[in-house]
Amino acid sequence: MQFEYFISGGDFSKAGQASSQFKKALQQLNVAPQVIKRIVVALYEAEVNIVAHAYKGKISIELQPDLVTMTLTDEGPGIPDIEKAMEIGYSTASSKVREMGFGAGMGLSNIKNNADLLEITSKVGIGTTVKISVNLAKQE
Amino acid sequence: MLMKIDEITRVLNAKVICGEEYLSREISHVFASDLMSDVLTIDSRNLLLLTGLTNVQTIRTSEMADIQNIVIVRNKKVTTEMFEIAMENKMVILECEYSMFRACGILYAAGLQPVY
Repeated sequence: MQFEYFISGGDFSKAGQASSQFKKALQQLNVAPQVIKRIVVALYEAEVNIVAHAYKGKISIELQPDLVTMTLTDEGPGIPDIEKAMEIGYSTASSKVREMGFGAGMGLSNIKNNADLLEITSKVGIGTTVKISVNLAKQE
Repeated sequence: MLMKIDEITRVLNAKVICGEEYLSREISHVFASDLMSDVLTIDSRNLLLLTGLTNVQTIRTSEMADIQNIVIVRNKKVTTEMFEIAMENKMVILECEYSMFRACGILYAAGLQPVY
């Protein structure tokens, strides 16, 4: 099954709507709640990142019986140093983002903790692609 | 130690904003934070979240983290948008005039447990 969502950068009132819709779809498909939580926490962190940093973005999700692969592609400033961005506590978030309760430099590491696979590719001045996979059969 | 939400409402002198029908839910653990990134890392079973952050991301974060019980401290008010998403997700929201520290102190003294 394929899912697609479009995200507007900077629009915090809508941040999380895509993750919320996908969570409902997973619940309808009777995916185990603890697996749903890992998937949607990772997706929501990545969705918030697009809202916080990019101009716009797209989420494409491929749901297979044993694996979900979520690809988030944005048009934005890109990440100059991905290794640095992965460090806990490192953040370039604006004060507006921090007022929303984010921007503490924990998002990417939290995605990594919930995902079975995380790949980030980025071009400065063009944008970032984040690919997150979660194995549906794996239990925590 | 388990505490029902209606008892928590009483000890915090709080007001029920939504989820009146779920006040018999039992709480064992409390997490207090205004940082949603932290909230997204915790185990949410029988959990009560205390926060002073009142925007729609508080509720979205709770939805993603499977948190269904929230106390808004420091006399902050729940917005209409927060209310609607909370109702949709069967959440209980309480508003409390106490500071975060005072509310935490009362619940800790009552025997509720920290997450870690």
